Parts: sequence; C-alpha cells; structure tokens
Amino acid sequence: MSVGIPLDQIAIQTVNGIVNGMILALVASGLTLIFGIMDVVNFAHGDLVMLGGFTGASTLALTGNFWLALLVAALTIAVLGAALQASTLRPLLGRDPLTTILATFGMSLVLQKYAIWQWGPSARSLKEPITGQFTLFYLQYPWYRVATAVLAAAIIGGLYAFLKYGRYGIWIRATTQDRIMAQAMGIPVPIVHTVVFAIGASMAAASGVLFGPLGGVTQNMGADFTLRAFIVVVVGGMGNLGGSIMASIFISLLEAYASLVVSPAQAVIVSFMALILTLLFRPTGLFVPTPK
Amino acid sequence: MLALRDVHTYYGKSHILHGVTIDVGPGEVVGLLGRNGVGKSTTLKTICGLVRPAEGRVEFEGRNVAGWAPHKLPPLGIAYVPEDRRIFRLLTVLENLRTGLDRRGVTEARRQQLLEKVYHHFPVLRERRNQAGGTLSGGEQQMLAIARAMMLEPKIILLDEPTEGLMPRMVGQIREIIRVLHEERVAILLVEQNLPLTLEVSSRVYLMEKGIVRHQATPDELRQQHDVIRQYLGV
Amino acid sequence: MTRGSSTGYWIGFTVVLAALAAAPLVLPPFWQRFATEILVWGLLAMSSDILIGYTGMVSFGHSAFFGLGMYGAAAALLSVKPPNLWLAMLYGLVGAAIVAVFVAYFATRLRDIYFSITTLVFSQIFYVIIFTWTEVTGGENGLTFSQPLLSIPGIFSTRFTIETLHWFILGVVTCSYLLLRRITQSPFGRVLQAIRENEPRTRAIGYHVERYKMVAVMLSGLFAGAAGVLYAIQNKFAAPDFVFFLISGETVIFNVMGGAGTLVGPVAGAAFFLLLREGVSRFFTEYYLIPVGIIFTLMVIFVPQGLLGFLRRRLDQ
Repeated sequence: MSVGIPLDQIAIQTVNGIVNGMILALVASGLTLIFGIMDVVNFAHGDLVMLGGFTGASTLALTGNFWLALLVAALTIAVLGAALQASTLRPLLGRDPLTTILATFGMSLVLQKYAIWQWGPSARSLKEPITGQFTLFYLQYPWYRVATAVLAAAIIGGLYAFLKYGRYGIWIRATTQDRIMAQAMGIPVPIVHTVVFAIGASMAAASGVLFGPLGGVTQNMGADFTLRAFIVVVVGGMGNLGGSIMASIFISLLEAYASLVVSPAQAVIVSFMALILTLLFRPTGLFVPTPK
Repeated sequence: MLALRDVHTYYGKSHILHGVTIDVGPGEVVGLLGRNGVGKSTTLKTICGLVRPAEGRVEFEGRNVAGWAPHKLPPLGIAYVPEDRRIFRLLTVLENLRTGLDRRGVTEARRQQLLEKVYHHFPVLRERRNQAGGTLSGGEQQMLAIARAMMLEPKIILLDEPTEGLMPRMVGQIREIIRVLHEERVAILLVEQNLPLTLEVSSRVYLMEKGIVRHQATPDELRQQHDVIRQYLGV
Repeated sequence: MTRGSSTGYWIGFTVVLAALAAAPLVLPPFWQRFATEILVWGLLAMSSDILIGYTGMVSFGHSAFFGLGMYGAAAALLSVKPPNLWLAMLYGLVGAAIVAVFVAYFATRLRDIYFSITTLVFSQIFYVIIFTWTEVTGGENGLTFSQPLLSIPGIFSTRFTIETLHWFILGVVTCSYLLLRRITQSPFGRVLQAIRENEPRTRAIGYHVERYKMVAVMLSGLFAGAAGVLYAIQNKFAAPDFVFFLISGETVIFNVMGGAGTLVGPVAGAAFFLLLREGVSRFFTEYYLIPVGIIFTLMVIFVPQGLLGFLRRRLDQ
C-alpha cells in the first residue's frame, strides 16, 4: 500500500463529493419535503430519478438540447408524480406510515419494470451540455460537474425561496405544521399534498437528468438513489430541509474519501455506517440541534 | 343561518353526540354550556367538518354541509377557533394571518383594510408581526387565533373556550372582541366554561349534558334558574 | 376463535397437509418443483410474519437472514465432503443467527419507519459484502454445489428424489409451522401482539419490550435462515440476488397479500403471489411485475387485511 494519498487526489474527491452531494441533496430535499408534509416515506423516489433520467435521455436524443431535456423530464415526471399521489396515496391519508411504505414499494416495482419495458434493458448515457475542463490542482476537472452543483444549488435555493415567500409557500408550510388547522383555514390540503408530491418528483427527475452525463442512466439506479436518499433524510433529520442538504454533502464526501481506499461498490458501506451510528446516538438527526 | 338537526357523532366506537339540535341566527351570539366532556367541542368540530357525523344534518344557509371536507367550509363563511388555539407556531404572526387573508377574490386594498382592522383591535399583533407564532404568550396566541379567523371575513365564528388559561384581565379583551364581532354582524357560537362572560355576551344559551342539548334559555331567564345551573354546570 | 372450530381447524390442517404430500405424486415435473418452492417461500413468509404480523415491526431485512442461511448451507456443502445435510442446516442456521443478533441489537431500539429503513440498510450491507467478496462468496456468480444425501448417520443414506425432497421440505416446514403456532399462541406470543397493539402501554405494564423484540427478531431470523437452507438444498446454488432487498420486499408482499398475523395467511400469500407470477408471466413475460405490482398496491389500499382477512370477514357474515 502506498505511503499516503496525494493531496490533489483528496482535493479532487472533495470536489467530487460536493458535486455528488448537491445532486443527492436535490433528490433528498424532495423526499424530505414529501415526508414532512404528508408523512409518506416514498419508496419509489429513486425510481422517479431513474424515469427522469430516461425521459431526459429520450428527449435529448430527439431534440439535441440538454436543457430542453431537463425541462421536459422535470415536467413529465411532475405530472406522473401528481397522478401517482392522487390515485394511490390520497386514499391512504391518515393511515399508518407503514402502509404508505408498502404502497410506494408497490409503485416502485411497477415503475422499475415499466422502465425496462419502455426503454429496454440497456443503459443510456447523456452527453453533457458543457464540455471542456479547467485546471484544478494539477488535474483537469470538467466544467460540467461544477455547473451541475451550481444548478442543483440554484434549484434548491429556488425551492427554499418559494417556501419562504409567496402565498403557496405559506400554504405548504402551514399544511406541514398542522394539516387540520390548515384545512380549517380553507387551505385545500389534498391539492397541496398532490402539488408537493409533484414538486418532489420533478426535483428527483431533474437529478436524474443532471446525473446522466456523470454516471449514465441505468435500470437499477433507482434503488441506489432511494437508499441513499433515505440515509440522508434520516441523518439530516426527517422533514428538515437544511439538514438534508448538509447530510447529503456529508455522506457524499464520506463516500468520495472512502472510494480512495476501497472500491466504489464497497464505499457505500460508509454511508450505511453513518446511518446506523446516527440512529443509535442522534436519532433525530446529526444536523438537528438537540431537542431541549 | 346555522342549524344542527339531530346530529350523532362517534369517535371510533364512542357515541359522543346523541342527537344534537341547535340554531344560530345571523349575527347572533349563542352560548353552549356544559361540564367537561359533554360534547361541546365535538359539536363545534362536527360543524366545521373536522369530525364527520354519523347521522343528522348540519345546515348552513339552507345547505347540508355535514360530511363536507373541512377546507370547503371557510369559503362559505364558517371559521373555527379551536380550544388549544393551534396557531402555526413556526409561521410568523403575519404569515398566520395570511393563511386566512390569502383567499380568492380579496383585493389588495381589502387586504390592507382587514390587516389594519385587526392590528387596531390587537396592537400587540402589529408589534410582533414578524415574530414566530410559537414565541407569543398564551394570551397573545389566543388573540392571533381569533384574528386569523377574522381574516376569513366569516359569517359565523365557532369559538371554543377562548378564555381558557387566560389571565383575568385578558377576559376583558375577549369580551371586547366578541362585542366588536357582534357589531359587525358576525354570528358567534361560543363554547365556554366562564359562565358570567357567556351570560353577558350571548342572546341565548344552550346547556348540554351527555351529548345532547337539555335546556335552552335566555341569559336573563337562566340567571333565575339556579337549580338548572346547578344540575348542568355544577356551580 | 369460535368454539368447536378447533376440531374443524385440525381437520382442515390434515386435509391441506395430505394434499401437499400428495402433490409430487400427481403433478407434472415442473409443477412438482413449483410446489416445493412454494413451501420454501411459505416458510420465509411465516418467519417474517412473526415480526410484521405479530409484533408489528415491518422488516425489510429478511433477505439477509434467508441469504445467510443459503450461503451458510453452501459453506457446509462445499467445505465438508461428503456433503452432509444436517451440517448444512447447522451452518445455515448459525449464519442466519449471527445476522439476526446484529439486527436484533441495533434495530430493536428503533421504532417504526426507522426500524424498517435500518433493516433495509442491513440487508444491503450484507448484499454488498457478499457481492464484492468474490474469493469467499463467488461474488456475482454465487456458488454452486451438489445436493447432499438424505441420511441419518448409521441408519441409511440415499439420494433425494423429487418426491422425497418434497416430503423432507414439507416435513421441515410443517414442523416449523406447528412450532411457530405454538409460540404465537403462548404467553410470549401474546406479549408480542400487545406490543403491536400498543407498545407504550405494554412497556408501562412492565414488560421489557426490547427483550421481547430481540427474541422475536432472532426467531424470525432462524426460520428465515432455515428457508434459505432448504432453498439451497433444493436448487444447489447460492446467489447474491437472494440477499438483495427485493427478496425482503417480496416477503412483505406475501405477508400483506395473504394476511399478516395469521401464519397461514402469508403462506397462502406466497402461494398466491407465485402462482400469479407464473400465470401472468405467460402473457407478460418478464414484465409480470407490472400487473402484479399494481394488484399488490391496490390490495394495500383496499384489502389491507390480506386475502385471509378478507375471507374471514366473508365467512363471519
């Protein structure tokens, strides 16, 4: 084994970790938003990422425009998400959360197989819209990766602003805090739920498209993303938007550093460990201030 | 305007309301009295749709709204102020008010008008308008809960024990706000434990026991009926 | 249970048992193996019912128990010659028990969703280890080995035929069922159900809830491991696919479809699912999971008490 790991490799992995973390944050924010407002643990969230990726790939192949593909994917999956929520999850409102896990698990099976049926068993790749690299610590680093992180941050920032200001942001936050009183104030809670699910789904889809040039779009990326997003949401504190973002970066950095030492397939165990340690010692979330 | 006819409500298997019949006319202040647990709060919850009645009719302006989804009732003119206030703790005071203010068909001018009116009656809310609801004191939260309901410009407000847990001098404020609402022709169905206040502000009172209305009287009449008071209120 | 149903129950039990025993004698070859497989998955489903149906803990970790049982048996059958049936069972159960201890220790402190997610994560940890530790586990390709002989040392030793294998597995599954039934109807079983109904109250009464949960996980893990061993013996291979959490998911499906908390329900659920899969894949080939997934989701919404619960309600009317 070598004496030490060169500094520039650590630096590269740090940037990689942040980039991957921002994409994961985009996925996890949607998941935590959905959980916060309707107590639904969306087992199918990763599959929405995958479907977004495939939809984006098809649109890109058709039009040659990456940004259009991103938009189309986000909108299409938003509609799909709304339809799924309205048909499958709305009837389950008020039932215990484990029922929703089962229902979303069923959805996940259907979505995964549908993807294979629609797009076939082989992976797709997306060509990045921004080529070219810049020099980062003696190595060449692709611009696209940086652009991805910036874009993901912008989308999350947009979500945050939307929630904080504006009438519908207030509706969403009120419904998240007290669904009953929100209804008593005339807020159409069932519609708010559907819209939030659609927003979460579109964010997941966007992640899938953004991730496309980095890792390709494969049939089993769904399970990967779902698992990681779960871990992030628990480590970050369920329902806590800021926490999920920090946890995403934290987990991705851990994995990036771990992959310097072990293979990437094994690096994921580091995330698992983080989850288990969090659950044992800080179950409300690592990045949540200890409840008084 | 509001009429309950033979309403039966259950919580799971518990039969809470055994056929409640109540009337509230436009602009009336009606009191609903009774010991703890007789079903007063459940009656209010049934009216605003948070609990679905098993039998009976809840008629508002001629329409039977029993079983309607709760968010459909505020547009009709029904506002609810629950027993534990339940303001949105993580929203600011202004955002709390906006949950009622941000409705269809309210012009910007009208919004400012409503806000000003509420700030006029509750100056402390203007002071704290950018503070989180959870940082307010109990009395201030009660003010906010009522103000929030007023933002809906309702025809009737269901008030569940507004003076509970409040300091005596705040009771005066509650009395004042009920008077203001009455002047504006807003009807009030008031559930209260505070007998003197209720008798002062109501034009009629119902007394409930074990999920059914047992007695109805005007305040003047009730003041003379000591045995009734003792029987249903234990005072 | 109504009075007098006890005799009815045992009659029904004997009838079903006889039918299952007769199966390999009357069915064509493909369906013979199918019937045996139903038994194995049924055992897995029963094991998870202890957690899901009786204690109210939805576990996605059963694939780990099952897989370790499978690989444990593989280890015995590959390392010790001649391959010994009972050693395979032993190794398999021990392997499953080790995993169960892990899961029991870490997971029982957690409630509801966190428990489910953690079991899922554990299942994936083992999957990753097995998948990447190619030297020991054969990695992606798994391990193949030969079937052990049905032997009682010193008395006889003979190869399994399809029929005798089926009866052996039927025997193990039936004994497991009777054992589990005994356990769930015992005071211990009733405490588990009390935990499911109202955990805080059960704790307040004075029961050490964590201990009960840990024992439940261990029991569940052992029987799931046994199922893994049986599967390995029947099919002569062990593969990482069986440790992937999808298997856990399917197990949960059996429970829900059949009716959690009844022991028999999940077995019926497993049979129903497998038959459905078999039938549907004739038309839909490998996309059978689309209609089956839709059916499952609809059942979660509209028939959450499962087939058995649904039938029971019908019969009661």
